[in-house]
Amino acid sequence: MESVGSTSRLLNLYSEMRRIRAFEDAAEEASKGGVAAWGLAASDKPALVRGPLHLSTGQEAVAVGVCANLERADLLTSTHRGHGHTLAKGADVTRMMCELFGRSTGFNKGKGGSMHIADFSVGMLGANGVVAAGIPIATGAAHALKIRKLPNIVACFFGDGGANRGPFLEGLNWAQVYQLPVLFVCEDNRISATTPTAPMTAGDGVSARAAALGIASIKVDGNDVAAVDQAACGLVKEIRAGGGPRLLHAITYRFKGHVSVDPGTYRDAAEVAAAKLRDPLLISSAALRERGVTDKEIAQIDHDAAEEIAAALRDAANAPWPLVTEAYEDIMNTGAGVWK
Amino acid sequence: MSSDTSTALSLTYAEAAALGLREAMSADPTVVALGEDLGRGGVFGQYRGLQTEFGRDRIIDTPISESNIMGAAVGMALAGLRPVVEMRVIDFALCAMDELINQAAKNRFMFGGQGRVPLVARMPIGIWSASAAQHSQSLESWFAHIPGLVVVAPATAQDNYSLLKASLACGDPVVYMEHKELWPNASTVDTNEIAVLGAAKTLQHGSDLTIVTWSRGVGLTLAALNDTQLAGASVEVIDLRSLWPWDQRAVFESCSRTGRLLVVHEAVQVAGFGAEVAASAAEAVGCRVARLGAPRIPVGYASVLEQESRLSPEKIARAARALLTAK
Repeated sequence: MESVGSTSRLLNLYSEMRRIRAFEDAAEEASKGGVAAWGLAASDKPALVRGPLHLSTGQEAVAVGVCANLERADLLTSTHRGHGHTLAKGADVTRMMCELFGRSTGFNKGKGGSMHIADFSVGMLGANGVVAAGIPIATGAAHALKIRKLPNIVACFFGDGGANRGPFLEGLNWAQVYQLPVLFVCEDNRISATTPTAPMTAGDGVSARAAALGIASIKVDGNDVAAVDQAACGLVKEIRAGGGPRLLHAITYRFKGHVSVDPGTYRDAAEVAAAKLRDPLLISSAALRERGVTDKEIAQIDHDAAEEIAAALRDAANAPWPLVTEAYEDIMNTGAGVWK
Repeated sequence: MSSDTSTALSLTYAEAAALGLREAMSADPTVVALGEDLGRGGVFGQYRGLQTEFGRDRIIDTPISESNIMGAAVGMALAGLRPVVEMRVIDFALCAMDELINQAAKNRFMFGGQGRVPLVARMPIGIWSASAAQHSQSLESWFAHIPGLVVVAPATAQDNYSLLKASLACGDPVVYMEHKELWPNASTVDTNEIAVLGAAKTLQHGSDLTIVTWSRGVGLTLAALNDTQLAGASVEVIDLRSLWPWDQRAVFESCSRTGRLLVVHEAVQVAGFGAEVAASAAEAVGCRVARLGAPRIPVGYASVLEQESRLSPEKIARAARALLTAK
């Protein structure tokens, strides 16, 4: 990609964020209806996306700014809120939407859904239903890259809530002890499911915890994609040079509830409104306009993203369901064929 | 399956495992082992000499971080290695349950077959003299319950050589359970013997009663055949060797001849794997069944308490006699 800070690069970053936003908005709409949940009554409208949908709406700049500095052969582990990471790593949007719809043409053949979205072919090793579970996996993948003397790195996304689980300590210690090529990215949306993280967290946050282990970190405005890109660029360079792990602490805000059917009424409306004024898409488009990019050019990007997602929705709705026999496939080879 | 070129060695259960791993590591540069204290040979000597031979990058001394040891092995497997995980004792593996159950076992299915997790997680089981409740458990039934996992429990030096190699070769996540009181047991190991996961071994043929057992239960059951309580009885003894897959064909065939099945294991009897074997055999061939396992009590420290949880030839013979004489 173009050099960091260039207008063409910023255009690409904006465009990628817009694709993710369009994907999340479409997935959210497709998840409405069906069952009663989070205090909302069931409706007659069938939910095309049935399962829990953890939207990254508002957090797009973290995924895009980091992944702009990754190569295809670099690896990535994600969280339960992983659509943005997956798209930004280069996964095909239609196969992603098919997976959310539970269709056999999805990345996981309809066996995983949103919470396990993955595209191993672009190094995206999976969203994860367990908080902080990606951290040990990321350290192991990085350990393998080092043992195999491969030049690639691993980006490990986790949330502010994940930093309070044991694997955070075990994984960061491990990466530093073995000097592994990992970029830990704390995507800090300041809320752990439905509870603010700050009163649940001792000390001065993830950067301080990383510092205690001797891991250098940068704290960045996670809603400013240019800032995330620049910070990630520097850290990734140091990691690729053999400097061991680094941590990026990106402060952002989750626009939606914990899951798509959660209206998030437990949050202060003024706080949410204020946060939306710092929408990463607004920040990025304003920066582009300052550099002379026209409204028309930005509108064209928005239009293209909408068209791409609309096509993915159509394809997903028409895609075939898995066969029931597929419930018995991809489990194990040893002893396969005996289920009782 | 021995051949004329077989190499017969006298090895302990621990040495046999070290040899099996050594051969696998020599043949395949992607095989690595990670765990605590491996550099000095492992707690039981089952890695002795391997770090000297293969270096610290392949016999990896780790921090005391069971979650990360298991989770890192998942990541290593996804990135092209075939890791052997050492959990020291199965009781400590309980710190790594998310990584084993939610991550390793489900990865292949959940991600639609995009990846495989070929790892062997060694977690020694069993009562180990005076080690009390947190170093003595036999939890094989937990893992037999989890789709995606292979579960192996070798009883002899030969099997600890052959089954370890088969586990490393199978490409699936394997829970490999050595028994802590078998480490010093020496016997002849034929390095040409190739084990098949899911194939039991019939160690003694008989016509009155089938005893199915595994791990340390095997030696104790064979010893029980000499007990006066079983004088004149014709007992068939089957070492199951792996609990998933388990050799239903061999067990059902035997039970259909003898009409009686006793399952013997050191694990707590309640919801133990013996219940699965007994119920399956009763459903399949209609034989009479009984189980012998530990009472549902934590393993105690004092000898008199520990004995309550232990199997013994006398207990096995008594249970077998009761089943033989049941109307």
